Amino acid sequence: MSGALLQVDGLTAGYGAAPVLHDVNLTVQPGEIVAVLGANGAGKTTLLRTLSGLVKSAGGRVAFDGADLAGTKVEHLVRRGIAHVPEGRGVVTELTVDENLRLGGLWRRDRADAKKALDEVYELFPSLAQRRTFAGHQLSGGERQMLALGRALIGRPKLLLLDEPSLGLAPKVTAHIMTLLRDLRERTGLAVLLVEQNVRSALSIADEGVVLALGRVVTRNKASVLRDDADLRHAYLGF
Amino acid sequence: MTGVQTNEGGVTDVQTKQNAEPVPKQGVDLPRRRGWRPHPVIVVLAGALIVVGLTYVLPPFRNYQLATVGAYLCVTAGLTVLTGLNGQLSLGHGALMATGAYTLALTQNKFENLPLSFAAAIAVTTVAGAIIGLAAARLRGPYLAGLTLAVAIVVPSVASTFDETFNSDQGLSVMLNPPPEQFPMEQWQAWLCWSAALIVVLLLALLSRGRFGRDMRAVRDDETAAKLAGVNIARTQVLAFVASAACAGVAGALFAVLAQSVSPGAFPLTLSLFLLMAIVIGGLGSLFGALWGALLLVVLPALSQSVSEQAGSQRLEGNLALIVFGVVLVVVMLAAPGGLASIPSRISRMLRRNR
Amino acid sequence: MDEFIYLTFDGLSRGLVYAAFALALVLIWRAARIVNFAQGAMAVAAVYAGYSVTNATGSYWLGFVVALLTGLLLGVVVERVVMRFVDHSSPLNGVVVALGLVLIIQGTLGIIYGNEFQPVQTPFSRDAFEVGGIALLSRYDLFVFAAVGSVVVILTLLFTRTAVGLRMRAAAFAPDVSRLLGVSVGGMLTLGWALAAGVGSLAGMLVVPTELGVHPTAMDIVFVSAFAAAVVGGLDSPIGAVIGGLIVGLLLSYVSGYVDVSVTPMAVLALLVVVLLGRPGGLFSSSKARVA
Repeated sequence: MSGALLQVDGLTAGYGAAPVLHDVNLTVQPGEIVAVLGANGAGKTTLLRTLSGLVKSAGGRVAFDGADLAGTKVEHLVRRGIAHVPEGRGVVTELTVDENLRLGGLWRRDRADAKKALDEVYELFPSLAQRRTFAGHQLSGGERQMLALGRALIGRPKLLLLDEPSLGLAPKVTAHIMTLLRDLRERTGLAVLLVEQNVRSALSIADEGVVLALGRVVTRNKASVLRDDADLRHAYLGF
Repeated sequence: MTGVQTNEGGVTDVQTKQNAEPVPKQGVDLPRRRGWRPHPVIVVLAGALIVVGLTYVLPPFRNYQLATVGAYLCVTAGLTVLTGLNGQLSLGHGALMATGAYTLALTQNKFENLPLSFAAAIAVTTVAGAIIGLAAARLRGPYLAGLTLAVAIVVPSVASTFDETFNSDQGLSVMLNPPPEQFPMEQWQAWLCWSAALIVVLLLALLSRGRFGRDMRAVRDDETAAKLAGVNIARTQVLAFVASAACAGVAGALFAVLAQSVSPGAFPLTLSLFLLMAIVIGGLGSLFGALWGALLLVVLPALSQSVSEQAGSQRLEGNLALIVFGVVLVVVMLAAPGGLASIPSRISRMLRRNR
Repeated sequence: MDEFIYLTFDGLSRGLVYAAFALALVLIWRAARIVNFAQGAMAVAAVYAGYSVTNATGSYWLGFVVALLTGLLLGVVVERVVMRFVDHSSPLNGVVVALGLVLIIQGTLGIIYGNEFQPVQTPFSRDAFEVGGIALLSRYDLFVFAAVGSVVVILTLLFTRTAVGLRMRAAAFAPDVSRLLGVSVGGMLTLGWALAAGVGSLAGMLVVPTELGVHPTAMDIVFVSAFAAAVVGGLDSPIGAVIGGLIVGLLLSYVSGYVDVSVTPMAVLALLVVVLLGRPGGLFSSSKARVA
């Protein structure tokens, strides 16, 4: 598996004494969309938070772009090319749309490209362009998701860690976001580690799926295989 | 005093909710397993015997210091109940002590009847405590601290506003009849202060053992849960404040008797901060800890004074004690993971390990 | 009527000082959810540092700059060495630690400088000019207006127009998200404390000459007034702090003019009680309860 963008080996982590993740292994190739699936409490969000360092890992190794991620501070993650869009969309609701987006590019040295990326995001999401001066809390759920996503893109990441983008959104909006992710991948080669409870949507764009149950990986396979595996769907994914 | 401490130690285990490390379960449900625990009355009688014994052995100055410990114990015990058991932080107890002291001075100078003066001091501080307590019951955290801080800073200035009554910064002297001839003054003072202190501690111990104590702890641990369990939160908080204010009034009155004078300078903001330090160090929530706190309040300034005298520096005097108290307060708060709330259970755990 | 006009200007001048001090409290409250009860003591320490330099060099302005820098530095030290390690599960913890700092700072100042009021210089005359026979305000009042006015403008520009200001706001509102976006949240917190302590020491420099002089506890009553101002404005609102400061300043000025100077501390206490009990969210805040 050399040349993998993200390589996770034997990752164990949790809050306090009880581990939530046990010995998790997974790989994301450049330009690949990997869906992490599982029921509530399976450890999906903890997986993302451990990868970005918000939760301390208790064991295992995470390599990104060939280099170990251990010891990388959370605030240096974007500089390595990883953007994490947390659950609940992570829009700073007290700030305006424009401020949120600018926040996403503040760390960048290349000011010109950060500005260009900002314009691109407005192009990509015209509804945000119309609401530049609106505060985050004035936006609809779908707009907030677009804002969080757009803000992540301003850093021109290689890997996007996306936590439940469909949460609380209408099916149509979810579909729009999923299509957008697929287009982004086609255009920019962005790899996505997508945590979702909405299995159908996630598998519709993913190349590969990883199923978590009680903090362990129970299955890893091609998305197309998972879509067709009725037993697995019934056992872990509930549809 | 050991009995009181065990009692409180067991009782404080109830508040494990907010702590990261839970205390073993048996501590919560079966506090009575820890051997024989004497009734508070027995503990207080034993304490009285010890104190009376001490007053015959100690030289006069030590007796005076012993008396001061007793006076401080009144207020630290009351504050322990308020902050440790009920979770309300008050920086206003220095001001309440001033209220008690001035009331005693004014009444005593008018009627020259000490029991009456004490009764008046307690009555007035109880009323003052009820007023602050009513406000405090609606406030939390920094707002309550800010309001009581304002009380602590503003109340001494009242003395200069009504200077005809309070004689401004000079304060008032307190007219006292000398004690019967066969007793030295300091011994009499120690007896007076410790009688008051032991009564206060006994009443508070009985209070916190009963239903009211349970209510107070319930409110401190989780207001919503307490409300659901039928506890009247506002009433519990106001009553706790009133009880501890009355204790502060007794302490203030005792200080007026000890110093035979009252002045605003004797009740600065730092006094309230010292009291806070005393109960934090004493391990919030334990009446035995309140005794340790009261002892520290007398011993630390005395130590820092003798250090200043040796160093021959007048400026060290008083100020060194401030620094020591401040450092101790900060270090204790930073060293105790979980902060204030964890101190009682940490201490009781420590005690259990030693047993 | 003449007296009313005079008292109004005097109140505005005082009020701006309280506003600056309240602003310092609000800055830290917004950044760290701590009411910095040590703000007064920290400001006095900075004033003493400036006072020493002024006495040694004879230059008020050198002392002024040193006081502000000392304030900034104290803010950094207090945040880095102490406040960072406070457990924030209960709001009381931060309060108690800040009070411990008050004792340490006041004790240290007492040892170095003694516990007497020391008179301090003013850079400008405090004699009021007369306009049309009415005493209005002094050069010193104008200096206060200018100093606090510039602080308010600078802070506003900093927070609304600069990248650092955007980072500071984001770090305060959403620390985790900000870290994921590359913002050094710890650094922003330190910066917030430094700024607040700097503003606090400015307020100290401005207020001390108008009172009895500098003393380890000189800012205690100013702290109470500023806390009242911050509460009047709602602890979360910088604009509220400024308006609250002006309200408190005017109130105190009228009370001392029409009633008596010695009543002013009680007037502050009364205002604080009325606002805390009557209007729990502050006059300019939408939140319902004072459950911090």
